[in-house]
Amino acid sequence: MKEIVISNTSDGSPHRGGDAQRAEGVCLFDKIWNAHIVQQVEDGPTQLYIDRLYCHEVTTPQAFDTLRDKNIRVFRPEQVVAMPDHNTPSDQQERIDDPIGRKQVETLAKNCAEFGIRHFAMGTKDNGIIHVVGPEKALSLPGMTIVCGDSHTSTHGAVGAIAMGIGTSEVAQVLASQTILQSKPKTMRINIEGTLPEGTTAKDVALYIMAQMTTSGATGYAVEYAGSTVRNMSMEGRLTLSNLSIEMGSRAGLIAPDETTFAYLKDREYAPKGEAWDKAVEEWKKLYSDPDAVFDKEVTYRAEDIAPRITYGTNPGAGIAIDECIPTLEEIDEADRQQFLSMLEYMQFQPGQKLEGTPVDYCFLGACTNGRIEDFRAFASVVKGKKKADNVVAWLVPGSWLVRQQIIDEGIDKILEEAGFELRLPSCSSCLAMNPDKVPAGKLSISTSNRNFVGRQGPGARTILASPLVVAASAITGVVTDPRKL
Amino acid sequence: MKQKFDIIQSTCIPIQIDNCNTDLIIPARYLASTTRDPKFFGDAFMHDLRFDADGNAVSDFVMNKAEYSEEPKKGVHEIIIGGQNWGSGSSREHAAWAIAGYGVRVVISSSFADIHRNNLLNCFVLPVIVSREFQQELFETVAANPQAEVRVDVPNQTVTNLSTGHSESFDINGYKKYCLMNALDDIDFLLENKGKIEEWEEKR
Repeated sequence: MKEIVISNTSDGSPHRGGDAQRAEGVCLFDKIWNAHIVQQVEDGPTQLYIDRLYCHEVTTPQAFDTLRDKNIRVFRPEQVVAMPDHNTPSDQQERIDDPIGRKQVETLAKNCAEFGIRHFAMGTKDNGIIHVVGPEKALSLPGMTIVCGDSHTSTHGAVGAIAMGIGTSEVAQVLASQTILQSKPKTMRINIEGTLPEGTTAKDVALYIMAQMTTSGATGYAVEYAGSTVRNMSMEGRLTLSNLSIEMGSRAGLIAPDETTFAYLKDREYAPKGEAWDKAVEEWKKLYSDPDAVFDKEVTYRAEDIAPRITYGTNPGAGIAIDECIPTLEEIDEADRQQFLSMLEYMQFQPGQKLEGTPVDYCFLGACTNGRIEDFRAFASVVKGKKKADNVVAWLVPGSWLVRQQIIDEGIDKILEEAGFELRLPSCSSCLAMNPDKVPAGKLSISTSNRNFVGRQGPGARTILASPLVVAASAITGVVTDPRKL
Repeated sequence: MKQKFDIIQSTCIPIQIDNCNTDLIIPARYLASTTRDPKFFGDAFMHDLRFDADGNAVSDFVMNKAEYSEEPKKGVHEIIIGGQNWGSGSSREHAAWAIAGYGVRVVISSSFADIHRNNLLNCFVLPVIVSREFQQELFETVAANPQAEVRVDVPNQTVTNLSTGHSESFDINGYKKYCLMNALDDIDFLLENKGKIEEWEEKR
């Protein structure tokens, strides 16, 4: 491949979306991107250095096969962390009954042993969903570049990192070289200003933004979330917000690190300790968008306009405030009506219908979106002293063993138990129907996960996306319920 | 899977679904496999729209209609015309493997999700972005005449509706174009640049 000309540009001039960079100020995304440029390929992508690669069992077996084909080792195994999460059952973790899923989980363990990669095995205290475990163990840190063969890698951007989902070919590239070839995305800042109304969470903020800008509104952009609402959010809330960036089309969702970030990361397992910590924080404090930074696009939303939300369709952007009705046909653009009607046909809903009060069959609390301690606290705050509705099957699935332990330490498990709920074992669970937690065809689920796609929770399953508060209220009444009215 | 790109002239499969996410392109249950067999993934392409729960072909789905059901071969159904925001959602490269495994070499749409677009390129399937008007014209042409051919000229970066003569140019960076035309992988390029990576690490 000698014909390709390489230039080493120290200013990191990108081949598109770079107008922001020539302005005086530099945005957070560009600061981190520029600090990781190995080289700029002429009339081509950037070769970007990757600090952390996460591997799960689903999107890596073929990548390790590529390494074996080429007879090469993992270039920087100490920067790679692996754990199974998609296939792991949430009722017991002694075994995986499905032979194909079992083989995939075993293959990850074997690959990690062969290539010298740190592996958090199923059922051990280190295991959980990658996007929950990474931040809570401080394996994801401010200023890092982070990739994983999983679109919800955007989650880790909440600590102030560039974190992006990639494909399996790209996983192989990173395993082989600790770098990746990427075209620089454009930059977008989403400001959310003000105080969130009662019963409204980070999940509702994300569902609101998606409904405003559609599920492709941020395609081609890396998003930075800013504004007073975000500054006042807990780390868990920020992780939920960044997690859902991909549902707006953005591969990356960054939040500038601040005291909330530092307090969250301090003393966690892999965080720098002592003097190294102080030094790291000094560096991390430089990670913000300069006041005069220019973005390719900037939008601002008001927190007071946001309410508890639910989705009615088969993409996460098809949503409404919980006390609103599904749009009528007349309210939908003519070009979109066919898709609108086919979504409603699948969901068995009618245009103009009010969903509040609709009976639900399944309730799911968990996933990389809402499987953290704060989500369980929120759920428990609603169900405390009440009883689960008999018509509802509820899956309450912590995002990691650390979260599960914290739930028990705080006595939340007792509150849940008294209300008729069972706390399950860490797993991706019912988010994507790759383990036994599948919603049967035709059943209606209200879920804290991230996708309401056709068949996502199981072939023929119908999904309403909502916050932990809305799911908790609905689990008590057995119908779609506004937590403010319970 | 790695065929050199030059000019592709073929009939098309119109999949007129906006926001066709990768869960639709390949359902999650096919993701647990550790195989690299193109046929396994090709058979799973659009599976739950092509087949009902009992495995019977869904007769009114476009890929099962007589005029579009022939499996791709040179000049036949090598091109998909997809709805806007093609490949949104999950990063699963299995979706690109399914498209490649089915035998498709080009996907034309007015917009692609970012991760899926990269995955297609890495699987030697060319994503071609056209205007919404041209996308609509192509859907209309193919609906009126399933034998209509579209020509994708990679060296000149043009896509032409041979029925109307209308043509648009499409973007692809010089590096990737060179890779596609010479069937070269990104990973080989990166491996050739190990020295630069170590140099970067040292001066970090």
